[in-house]
Amino acid sequence: MLIETLIGFAFVAALVTFLVPDEVAGRVGAALSVVPLVGTLWLWAQFDGSGNALTGGTLAFETKFDLLTLSGYQVQWFTGLDGISLPLVVLTAFLTTLAIVSAWTPIDSRQSQFYGLMLFMEANLLGMFTALDFFMWFVFWEATLLPMYFLIGVWGGPRRKYAAIKFFVYTNVASLLMFVGFIALTFGGLGDSIDTLSLPAVAMALEAGGNVGSFMGLGPEALKLVAFLAMFVGFAVKVPVAPLHTWLPDAHVEAPTPASVMLAGVLLKMGTYAMLRFNFTMLPDIASDLAILIAALGAFSVIYGAILALAQEDLKRIVAYSSVSSMGYVLLGLVAFTEFGVAGATFQMIAHGLISGLMFMAVGVIYNTTHTRMVGDMSGLADRMPVTVGILIAGAFGYMGLPLMAGFAGEYFIFVGSFHSTVIPSAPLFTAVAMFGIVIVAGYLLLAMQRTLFGPFSLDADYEVGRAPFHDVAPLAVLLLAVIALGVKPDLFLDMILNAIAPLVGGGA
Amino acid sequence: MVTAPPMTPTYLLGLTALAVLLYDSLRTDDGGAGVLTGISVVGALASLGTAGWFLTADTGLVAGMSEFSGAVVVDGMSLFFTALFAAVTVLVTLGAHDYDPIDGKRGELYGLVLLAATGMSVMASANSLATAFVALELASLPSYALVAFLKQDRGSTEAGLKYFLIGALSSAIFVFGISLVYAATGSLLLPDIAAAFESGLGERTGIAGVGVLMIAGGVAYKTASVPFHFWAPEAYEGAPAPVSAFLSSASKAAGFALAFRVFVVGFPLGAATSAGIDWALLFQILAVATMVLGNFAAATQDKVKRMLAYSSIGHAGYVLIGLAALSAEASTNGDVMGAAMAHLFVYGFMNTGAFLFVALAENWGVGRRFEDYNGLGAEKPFAAVAMTAFLFSLAGVPPLGGFFSKLFLFAGAVDAGLWWLAVIAVINSSLSLYYYSRVVRALWFEEGDHDLSGAPTALYAALAIALVGTVVLLPGFGPVIETAQEAATALFA
Repeated sequence: MLIETLIGFAFVAALVTFLVPDEVAGRVGAALSVVPLVGTLWLWAQFDGSGNALTGGTLAFETKFDLLTLSGYQVQWFTGLDGISLPLVVLTAFLTTLAIVSAWTPIDSRQSQFYGLMLFMEANLLGMFTALDFFMWFVFWEATLLPMYFLIGVWGGPRRKYAAIKFFVYTNVASLLMFVGFIALTFGGLGDSIDTLSLPAVAMALEAGGNVGSFMGLGPEALKLVAFLAMFVGFAVKVPVAPLHTWLPDAHVEAPTPASVMLAGVLLKMGTYAMLRFNFTMLPDIASDLAILIAALGAFSVIYGAILALAQEDLKRIVAYSSVSSMGYVLLGLVAFTEFGVAGATFQMIAHGLISGLMFMAVGVIYNTTHTRMVGDMSGLADRMPVTVGILIAGAFGYMGLPLMAGFAGEYFIFVGSFHSTVIPSAPLFTAVAMFGIVIVAGYLLLAMQRTLFGPFSLDADYEVGRAPFHDVAPLAVLLLAVIALGVKPDLFLDMILNAIAPLVGGGA
Repeated sequence: MVTAPPMTPTYLLGLTALAVLLYDSLRTDDGGAGVLTGISVVGALASLGTAGWFLTADTGLVAGMSEFSGAVVVDGMSLFFTALFAAVTVLVTLGAHDYDPIDGKRGELYGLVLLAATGMSVMASANSLATAFVALELASLPSYALVAFLKQDRGSTEAGLKYFLIGALSSAIFVFGISLVYAATGSLLLPDIAAAFESGLGERTGIAGVGVLMIAGGVAYKTASVPFHFWAPEAYEGAPAPVSAFLSSASKAAGFALAFRVFVVGFPLGAATSAGIDWALLFQILAVATMVLGNFAAATQDKVKRMLAYSSIGHAGYVLIGLAALSAEASTNGDVMGAAMAHLFVYGFMNTGAFLFVALAENWGVGRRFEDYNGLGAEKPFAAVAMTAFLFSLAGVPPLGGFFSKLFLFAGAVDAGLWWLAVIAVINSSLSLYYYSRVVRALWFEEGDHDLSGAPTALYAALAIALVGTVVLLPGFGPVIETAQEAATALFA
């Protein structure tokens, strides 16, 4: 019941924060968010699961009871953790606390509502990563949309209404598509061979093979293909995989910094997490058939996102597009179906969550004092904000994959894994193309930093630029420490990840 | 062992109406609004409690018990709907306590609402076409007066007249249909009519068919479905907002309660279809037409109340799936009709809540258009949060109650093999998110400047109850859907 307690606490914390006066809401929210953080760290310390949750592994902290019956299927409350979901749960709690602290400076109106929504989002994210019954999972999945919609729409920049609606419509239509795909596969395809829609039951029924029936004129294989595509496209919007990424720059640029941190750090991982759980675990044969297409999409995202980032003038837009690029690596690693590839992709979700959170937060701290994010508007900030700039530079090197930082471990594993993949045709070619993305990343980050951070100080605006307050810098420092810690000792998460993905891989060393 | 008459919940509603009217005529001072509200709320709560008790306790009532020589039957379905009517009555009377335009005339309003609720409760119990007609009129006559309640307001009186004229016309059609069915089958009791259908109507099939069609027309009027939906936008917009809440939630549910029993029990599907009277097909057409028309019209409105009125037509279309997806062979009939009942139940909270927020806005004097709601979220966060939850629930966004009831309803249609109907419903439901979210945008994203009075306690309490009903149905949906499906399955036994 530990998981339920944490989720429930986060909901109560959201309600409490919503009701306290604006002046104290930031402090109260941060204090309350420490409890889920400590709780998830406790889960991590006490983790005793093994194997993959969907293929019959031993779950940690499992809870299961029946809720109601829908068309002959038992809907359950079913939660539990394996080595894939636990790191993401820790990441969620960790980033929520830091994002809340980072919001103290920029959020200056309707604070109690803001922090309440942040905690409400945390509760739903925790539920989404721990739920193992499809309906509970879907409810949490959809419910994370609402707080982000409001966070962008109420506290966002000048075009916040457009960005909020675009975010909502894109991801909602995608969810609908995914829902239809999954339901067609289970209601239509599996029919009576399962009596619950718990994800392990569905995965194992599909793995047993041969029991997918025909449905609406589609044969078993065609049905699996259609369901795979519907779910893949649905999740790809969330990741986002180019060319389905167009909502992301708008949402990121308009969102307030703490919301950007959560969006890039955790919400994007929902897409890859779900892909791993649904597409690659439940329908590995279809994924292998389509490997060349998926690998091409991954490599395309890497290069396309990086080139777009190169063309941007807005620091936040640069970081946003580079997220598209980084998530392309994850896709490439997943489809490799090798131990290194899938484990690296899962690890990269965590690493990118931390590093992109760090970058957004650092850009936000700079914006707090300069009130501009345009590269051309400023230069020589290193002089005035040495600590912030130092951390930003360190984070940027993390993005470029500097060894001993988390990004290196993730990307290195992905490249090794995809290079040796036997599932992707001409795997070395795709790997080489994707690796070229690193060069572009280094190019645009170094270029942007050189123009804004170094040289003589100047600013095209009338603001006094000084050192950032302690509570702005502290979360940055903590994030940087976490990035380095995971870089030095990836085993903190990698062991459990390797253990959990072991049953899935089989596409080469 | 205390034994209560099976119709206690209905009696309680009627007695409360009389008590309100009695107190209203005896009181001498101008005060007493609190007492009137108190009597109404307590009476409706008592009815709700008894209905819930009868449903859950082992009284044997869920299986059904006939009263008055079979003219009335009390069973799981009638108790379920009576509980729903009582719950909406609680919300509406509580909300109307703070609704300024009816000052000084609360006694009449509460009395009429309670009388209408009594009639609706009887509609859910009617086991004979004669009872059905009398109950329909008992529910309708107070409703006409309620819509025209604001005598000095042109919109209200015009809406009342329009409602009355269409109501009179459809009542005539309904009663003509009853007479034709009587002519064809020789009885008004639903079981006897069913027996006549089963044993074959011979050359009177045509007469019976026309009768069934006309009865469906009466139902369409009461549920605000195509083709008798014209009155709904006018009536809901012109009526005082609490009355709109009552009519669009309870009155619509009453129409469905009547339809469920009359069609399922009275015109058994197998016999009717083989005689060429395929009323499920009729309801499939009506369901599609109603949900498409309601949703597309709602998307083009610029006043919140009118948008809610059209969306209410759209929801009638969804609930019609509960009749459209029935078939003689299927084993899932109880499930899909139960899902429709559960949707009406959830709708009773979320839609009533949404109209009560409109009542609140009318009280504040902020205007009726979407733009007039700009910035209310910053000024009145609690009420705006509640409204947001109602709207998202109406749109069927997880994790709110409306998502679950729609999910079960659409899944029921899929189970019955009506894929295309479920697809049309899902498309409509997605479209509805667009116009509901316009209100959400106005509340939260736009800046506004209002000079708002305080937060009226009773109206806020009603909003809070509706909000709890909408949100708590997340964990509490299991009992609701199980009760509804059990009650509905009993009808097919």
